[in-house]
Amino acid sequence: MHDFIMALLGGAMIGLAAVLLMATNGSILGISGIASRLMPPLSTDWQWRLAFITGIFAAPPLFSLVMDSKPTIEITSNTSLLVIGGFLVGLGTVIGNGCTSGHGVCGLSRLSIRSLIATGVFMLFAFATVFITRHMLGA
Amino acid sequence: MRLVSTFCIGLLFSSGLIVSGMINPEKVLGFLDVFGVWDASLVFVMGGAVAVTSLGYRLLNHQEKPLFAQEFTKPTRTDIDFKLFAGPALFGIGWGLVGLCPGPAFAAVSSSSKTVLLFFTAMLVGMCVARTRWLNSKLEF
Repeated sequence: MHDFIMALLGGAMIGLAAVLLMATNGSILGISGIASRLMPPLSTDWQWRLAFITGIFAAPPLFSLVMDSKPTIEITSNTSLLVIGGFLVGLGTVIGNGCTSGHGVCGLSRLSIRSLIATGVFMLFAFATVFITRHMLGA
Repeated sequence: MRLVSTFCIGLLFSSGLIVSGMINPEKVLGFLDVFGVWDASLVFVMGGAVAVTSLGYRLLNHQEKPLFAQEFTKPTRTDIDFKLFAGPALFGIGWGLVGLCPGPAFAAVSSSSKTVLLFFTAMLVGMCVARTRWLNSKLEF
């Protein structure tokens, strides 16, 4: 039950961040879009993007300081999975113009058809990938 | 002022990822494992986020311009092209392999290990490749 409450609370914080970014900066809170435009070719409005990303970087150390414990991060140690997975996430989110935050949270909230399609497709492929790796290959 | 507020919003977003458990790839994979011992809790992250955002965006409809910027820059595209399927498909596979999507990857990289850093670097390379003119010309039909 605790997990569900934390999930709802965390989700609400993410939603509040999305609303505030629109209210103050006029932009969609989409990490892949905000971050990818910090790389070549660099976007002219890179300053706020960098400030936002710095905020993301700053939260975990701050959390550790306040809560006196690090956030739990359990991740595979398989090098090829990490490299292939990371590459596909970066490639796919830029080709598809968004990720879980931009399409999933902001897009669905705007009732965007493009975001509905994108979210449906990435959820489906993520479910299928986990099904194949965990239940067919037994990794 | 704009940069300070944007920094704080990044901090709030990232804290949401930590509190909800989205920052933990193993938990995300448990959520994506619908045919296994399904961890449904992350449904509530999406639910909570979309509920607050939908409501907030509606309230903002009455606002003429953002507090610290000249105008709202909302997506205007409505076309449905090949990239809208290909991109999310590739992203979904990558997400399913490791359990990190871009937001949590940025949050996790500062608190953690070489493994996250490896994923993070590969992700940035993927983003750069996707932005090259060469790839974009290949994807136009």
